[in-house]
Amino acid sequence: MDGIALTVLAQQIVLGLLLGGLYGLAAAGLSLVFGVLKVLDVAHGELIMLGGYGTYWLFALLRMDPFASLLVVIPATLVLGAVLYAVLFGFVVRAHEETRIKNSLLVGFGLALALHALALRLWTADDRSVTTAYGGAVLHVGPLAVPVIRLVSLAIAFALIAGLHLLLARWRWGKAIRATAEDWQAALLTGIDVRRAYLLAFAIGTALAGAAGTLVSVGYSISPAIGLEWTLKALIVVVLAGLGSMLGTFAAGLFVGVAEALSAAAFGGPYREVVGLVIFVVVLVLRPQGLFGRECR
Amino acid sequence: MTGERRWLVAILVAFTALAPLPLLTGRDDVLNFVLLVLLSITMAQSWNIIAGYAGQVNLGHAAFFGLGALTARTLWIAGAPILLAMAAGALVAVAFALLIGAAAFRLRGAYFAIGTLALGEILRTFVSNTLPEISTLPGTRIAGYRLAPRYYLALALAALSVIAVAALAGSRLGLGVQAIREDEDAAAASGVAARSLKLRALVLSTALAGLAGGFFAYYHISYYPSHPFGPHWTFEALLMTFIGGVGTLHGPVLGAVLYVLLKEYLTVSWVDFHLLIFGVLFIAIVLIFPGGLVQATEGARRWLARRRGASTT
Repeated sequence: MDGIALTVLAQQIVLGLLLGGLYGLAAAGLSLVFGVLKVLDVAHGELIMLGGYGTYWLFALLRMDPFASLLVVIPATLVLGAVLYAVLFGFVVRAHEETRIKNSLLVGFGLALALHALALRLWTADDRSVTTAYGGAVLHVGPLAVPVIRLVSLAIAFALIAGLHLLLARWRWGKAIRATAEDWQAALLTGIDVRRAYLLAFAIGTALAGAAGTLVSVGYSISPAIGLEWTLKALIVVVLAGLGSMLGTFAAGLFVGVAEALSAAAFGGPYREVVGLVIFVVVLVLRPQGLFGRECR
Repeated sequence: MTGERRWLVAILVAFTALAPLPLLTGRDDVLNFVLLVLLSITMAQSWNIIAGYAGQVNLGHAAFFGLGALTARTLWIAGAPILLAMAAGALVAVAFALLIGAAAFRLRGAYFAIGTLALGEILRTFVSNTLPEISTLPGTRIAGYRLAPRYYLALALAALSVIAVAALAGSRLGLGVQAIREDEDAAAASGVAARSLKLRALVLSTALAGLAGGFFAYYHISYYPSHPFGPHWTFEALLMTFIGGVGTLHGPVLGAVLYVLLKEYLTVSWVDFHLLIFGVLFIAIVLIFPGGLVQATEGARRWLARRRGASTT
């Protein structure tokens, strides 16, 4: 009996890791935007939702493979991010730090409401997911069953995060983005176009949300209402990981996925949502000075 | 100050004028509509106290509404008089506020906002898991259900919330929390006991939310116990307050009237269409008129006056 219980638990942990990779990807975009622009975009979950619908409709109407649809979804959400920055968040970043975070929270909230209502109107409240021919394939590793789609999703999520990490480390504008995150005034003085860095960071963050949406629509399901849940998941991971390291964010995502799986095993399925929120509140309260780690406020 | 007093009188006169409505009309839809506006005013004003005056954007406000509803419903169905049950609900809401206030007020600004959002969601998940069954009034209670007393109660609560905000605005507590809202460090440096005043504002705000929750439990025949804990109760209070004018006495009243009017009117043709409109309107208000409709109309009036002045000279 014990052996079976252990297998079940191990299976839960594997599924938790697979889901946790998506949490990491969802959080990476939010972390980038938060770290660089110092704005908290609470519509991040709605951007994930839009990415998911992009993949869903490309599959339903054009029979495009969901993983191939990333080649469309990522550029499209990149442009969407640039537009959102131009019409909304570009105005928010003009304010000083404290007002900036608060205003961005409110603007993001308005955006989330509007996108949710629009999605509900256009696509109804139905749960949808992309079901491909290879959707049911399972990889057996000893007694454990690993859904192939989710494994591929995890690999893609990791590849995107690693790519972002390289981009920020090597690319000319990646360095500019990191310098802006560190100290925008100093960055401005060294001749960096801070506005351009903001725009790029926001567009990339939105594209990461779009990609996360694609993966959610394949392995799991999407509906207009998933926004708040994913925003919270991303926030939990960001708060846990702190800012500045994309690979650290990915690791924190995996951690939250496993923590959820373990709490579901211990207290029953419905409580899996609570553990992340509890971690979140505890970390926040223990580090009340916020994520930038500055004591002088 | 005098402007605020004038608004208080105007709002209370309007409430008095609404008082005989159940005697004048037998139409339940009219009564239900006004009742909904009144409940919304109560919720908006209770949120306005902590967010508008004290500057603490509490995104877990629904938790207090939900606790008030849960407590009042349980006691009322068990046989307690409704007013007593509602008072108990408010007490439980306040007790929860004191419990989490100490931790939550370690957080500032946006961190307070997301922290309280998480706390509210924890409580909602907990309630929906432990009480998954729908709560329906017993048959005898349904047979004795009358709309008029509920209408009067909603009117009294809305008046209470407006009076509470008016009393707060000019009080030492009100001035103290407004100083905290403008600059907490500066306020603390000049002798304002920030932590304690914020907690007192939270107590006032959550007591009203708890009463409103108790009213909800009295008004609705059946609902899921987790429903009043839903984040949309917070979001609606936030929208109404911001769209009307955050941190003013009459702003949330205007916002609540406009919100319920558009919501009820638009839902006929397009479910949740009002959220699209209010989402966009809300963004515009945050970016262009942070003072809401109150500020926008004032600006327009001043602009017109200036134009008139320019044309006569």
